[in-house]
Amino acid sequence: MSRLFLDLVQRNALLAGFAIVGAIVWGSYFLSNRLTRGRVHGSAIAIFAGLVLAWIGGRITGGERGLADLPLFAGVAVLGGAMLRDFAIIATAFGANPVELRKAGRSGAIALVLGVLVSFVVGGAIAWSFGYRDAVSVTTIGAGAVTYIVGPITGAAVGASSGVMALSIAAGLVKSIVVMIGTPFAARAIGLDNPQTAMVYGGLMGTTSGVAGGLAATDPALVPYGAMTATFYTGLGCLLCPSILFFGTRALIE
Amino acid sequence: MVIYGVALLAACTIAGLYLGDLLGAAIGVQANVGGVGFGMIFLIAASHWSARRGALPASTAQGVAFWNAIYIPIVVAMAAQQNVVAGLSGGAVAILAGVLAVLACGALVPLVDRLGRRRPASREERELMEVGR
Repeated sequence: MSRLFLDLVQRNALLAGFAIVGAIVWGSYFLSNRLTRGRVHGSAIAIFAGLVLAWIGGRITGGERGLADLPLFAGVAVLGGAMLRDFAIIATAFGANPVELRKAGRSGAIALVLGVLVSFVVGGAIAWSFGYRDAVSVTTIGAGAVTYIVGPITGAAVGASSGVMALSIAAGLVKSIVVMIGTPFAARAIGLDNPQTAMVYGGLMGTTSGVAGGLAATDPALVPYGAMTATFYTGLGCLLCPSILFFGTRALIE
Repeated sequence: MVIYGVALLAACTIAGLYLGDLLGAAIGVQANVGGVGFGMIFLIAASHWSARRGALPASTAQGVAFWNAIYIPIVVAMAAQQNVVAGLSGGAVAILAGVLAVLACGALVPLVDRLGRRRPASREERELMEVGR
């Protein structure tokens, strides 16, 4: 690779990002049409391909930003960063129906609280069954099963060790990856084909990147509804995990 | 003009995220609470308001529609920069906690969905009954 070209790509990172992602999407739709005759949606394959490339990038560089840690592909980080992600998610609301949003407000709220609680309890129970017996570690890993942002914030608040914090981030990452890949396959079984169910789904799953990717691969029209509830999830998790849920856990096991 | 749509979207995004940050600070958590959701509400309100007054020409809408359409590629780029290696190297605890949390919550989707639908349905039924009377 000539040095000149690499410099050029780095100076035009966002443009390179568009070209790289365009190529990934093109290849994915090609595979979708040829290998699965469109049965597995092109965007589902593209998201999966993105995750595989992130894994490859992580293995090569040892960095934390997947494919984006390779200098040639750094533009992916600009295109897929929080700024443009939020910008594009909000843009999807342009076609959303406010009546549907209001109608599902109630079940969305129930879904949010249940989503945080159930994820926390499941994560905590796994930690317990693997021999973690102190409330701090169990709470931190449980919070990681909420999202990979709630995990370290909770861990820092209750004073967890860095190893446990890393574990909680890993649990949250696994959750987000599973939601991205699994949603299109589970959609029919859980009735995920209408705005109201999408709001419940966003509230129960919560991980913004997981919900954003999973719904995009299932039915892009549902994205604004799922994103609407998911956006409150991490905040709610950060509110509940280091406080009520930590005290509850401590009372229960210590 | 197309820039009006992009500007509207940008203003809604920043206003929504700001509100989310304020709300997060107000309840004392180190996170944005509902910022994207507020941004969406602003965008929906602004577009309905201006559409009703006939102030939303097709070119303005194009400025939002582009970003709406570029959403999936952005999600692909987001996937490509996840720390997948760390997720998978967290070992059995991390993988089981993540997978089982998703399965448990996924199983609850139809349940919560039905729970939320019951109330509005019964209100409609009541109205139907009153009409019948």
